[in-house]
Amino acid sequence: MIPILGRLLILGSLLAATAGSVLGFVAGRTRSLDGLRWARRFAYLYAALIALAAIVMEVALLRHDFSVSYVAQVGSRLVPTWVTIVSLWSSLEGSILFWGLVLGIYIAIATFLTRGRYPEYQPDAIGVWLATAAFFSFLIAGPANPFHTVANPPLDGPGPNPLLQNHVLMSIHPPFLYLGYVGMTIPFGFACAALLKGRLGHGVLKPLRESLMLPWVFQTIAIMLGGWWAYEVLGWGGYWAWDPVENASLLPWLTATAALHSIMVVERRGILKGWTITLVQATFLLVLLGTFMTRSGVFNSVHSFTQSAIGPTILVFLAVALLFTIGLLAFRIDKLEVEGRLEGAASRESMFLVNNLLFVLLTFTVLIGTVFPLIVEALKGKQMSVGRPYFDSMVIPIGAALLFLLGVGPALPWGRATREQLRKALLPPVIGAALFALIGFLLGVRSAWTLVTLAFGGYAAQVTLAQMFLPMLQRIRRGDSVGSALIEGQLRRGRRRFGSYIVHGAMVVVIIAIAVSSSMRQTTELTFTKGQTHKASGFDVTLVGVEQRQEPHRFVTAGRFAIARGGKQVATLEPRMNQYQMMRDPVGSPDVYTTAARDFYLSLANVDAVAQTATVTIYESPMIVWIWIAVIFMGIGGLIALIPPRTPRVIPSAARDPLIETAETA
Amino acid sequence: MTESDKLRRRTRWFMLGALVVAGAAFAVIAATSMSKNLVYYWTPSDLHKAGDKAYGATIRLGGMVAKGSVKKLGGTAVEFDVKDAARVVHVKTSSVPPQMFRENIGVVVEGTMVPGGYFQSQRLMVSHSNEYKAPEKGHPVDRKELERLMKSVEQGNT
Repeated sequence: MIPILGRLLILGSLLAATAGSVLGFVAGRTRSLDGLRWARRFAYLYAALIALAAIVMEVALLRHDFSVSYVAQVGSRLVPTWVTIVSLWSSLEGSILFWGLVLGIYIAIATFLTRGRYPEYQPDAIGVWLATAAFFSFLIAGPANPFHTVANPPLDGPGPNPLLQNHVLMSIHPPFLYLGYVGMTIPFGFACAALLKGRLGHGVLKPLRESLMLPWVFQTIAIMLGGWWAYEVLGWGGYWAWDPVENASLLPWLTATAALHSIMVVERRGILKGWTITLVQATFLLVLLGTFMTRSGVFNSVHSFTQSAIGPTILVFLAVALLFTIGLLAFRIDKLEVEGRLEGAASRESMFLVNNLLFVLLTFTVLIGTVFPLIVEALKGKQMSVGRPYFDSMVIPIGAALLFLLGVGPALPWGRATREQLRKALLPPVIGAALFALIGFLLGVRSAWTLVTLAFGGYAAQVTLAQMFLPMLQRIRRGDSVGSALIEGQLRRGRRRFGSYIVHGAMVVVIIAIAVSSSMRQTTELTFTKGQTHKASGFDVTLVGVEQRQEPHRFVTAGRFAIARGGKQVATLEPRMNQYQMMRDPVGSPDVYTTAARDFYLSLANVDAVAQTATVTIYESPMIVWIWIAVIFMGIGGLIALIPPRTPRVIPSAARDPLIETAETA
Repeated sequence: MTESDKLRRRTRWFMLGALVVAGAAFAVIAATSMSKNLVYYWTPSDLHKAGDKAYGATIRLGGMVAKGSVKKLGGTAVEFDVKDAARVVHVKTSSVPPQMFRENIGVVVEGTMVPGGYFQSQRLMVSHSNEYKAPEKGHPVDRKELERLMKSVEQGNT
């Protein structure tokens, strides 16, 4: 029953998406209002059908209906209910269905919010969105069908991958990543529509920026959650290994960040239009590439499940999207009118230009390192990977340069500046730079790159703070009260600016925390017998004992350690080995004592419950917690910048397009 | 053509030239850095085939721990044989063997061949399969399985 219902819903969503996509493109050519209206209805219909299909799957999971192939594959009566619920995205087929669901939600909301506002662009945008939707529905209906009927349903299933059950972060990270990844479809649609129309007017910049910003926020948080999960679960004391799947999440983030900056140059100066559109399109293509890399099994990791026909299908879609994009750019980019030009090398807009080049350089660096082994394997059949030192040696200098720009860029004024203005803008933050580097040096930082990072960070921090509160200070200087200046200058009028500088400030903290934590990390390997105490990084670590216990879905062997400092116990840590049912080998689970200054991280290498001995690897890394906190602030800043200002709705291109009046009332 | 037009054109060519030079420099730096940091995934058979070339290169050697070959040395050091269907390589490692380490399990060791004729490794990783398979004992090592295993063992997954 449920398998049939599910398959019908998916087929329905495929039909709705295909029909709506065709209608959208046709309406874009013929400027038919009726066509546009029907395209919109099909967009809503697609969203409703795919959402229903996902709900049907959730019901099947919760009812442990093992006649559904996906449930038989990932379900288990033994796992907690929250694990059952998140099982929707814990394996290949379900995760593609989840992708479809998120895309449906995005398309429905984007269609609703832009209805009657951008009649020039909306038909083609809907066409592009629904074409993507049609592809994913095809994937769910064919190669990734989770709704196969199981002829002889088993009584119980294996449950999802234990690594995913091991930590609650694994239930939050994927939804955020999908909200980031899938959301990039929406700005891609606007960018394609702008190219198809040959016009990137001020009208479409706003939806382009906003539809890029929201998934960017999700993507930012998702990357952090992935790193945090790796840190809390994998037990090697780090959070980022330049693993292909990590790079897959970073690549579209880099181009999206570049695009968010170049959009500002388009807004202010009317230049870089084609460049901005290219970046937005590249972001979507990198999302597809990432989906291919993580969903096809070309890289083995916790993300890739099994080999299947899904990989090649996604690759074909990626190729089609790439050709479509390149063709569109080749034929249409000349049509984008340039309204202004670059003035002066020491201006904010030229800093934006350098910033964009650096982001693209960074993207290429990571992309080459990620894809190179794949190409070699495809061509020569040799297995290799690009080692971490490649990424570190390339990314650190580019990252430092970006941090430098993060300070200098906002300090510079738009347009031409006099020598006097430049001196006034650029000299004072040197104090911040010196201060940060000095503090770092006094606290024992000796690595040259870290000191450089601290200096650039201090410079950027001072500029950011000054810029952040500039509107408020101006108002106070004009005689406003502090309270009203705060509300009016920061939260009402200057919200976008305020939010952006929160993102900048948080980014400074993130980069500093990454530099300090990775260059100052201390690793010790110690073997304990029961009751034995070792000193490690200023702490006294005692093995209280090794315990074993049965939990509902796993068998736990845990080393219990007392952590003391200066004779006073500060924490008890319990790194574990979890043995899951239906799983051959145990999964290690480290334990961390976190303080504002440093993390003290214990990972079991070896444990023996009979002999009561344990070998642990101890990692002591400063400032780790600031990475997680600051990234959350990046998300908050992004959201603040997103809240639309309370200005009356204006339709800037009204004079140019007669269709607008009718569309407004439609 | 006015003076400013000429100037603008010249600036544009200059910018383009600078961009090409910067791009080329970047490509050279990236290629050098990458070629220095490639890590090869080899099986014991590959290692034997490579002969002298194996000395000094960073290699991830993947295979099964041969039965009866595990010997604990002093401290954390361990030595054992890694085998595939055809060949065997003797490995010495100083890293603490992870919990799952045992005979007949898939391992990946990172390191290099040393003149003593054995493989010196600083890192020992044990593959833990994400698939739900009953442990198969004593089955011949299949090349495909070995490659999959080598890729699955990444930095964190020990």
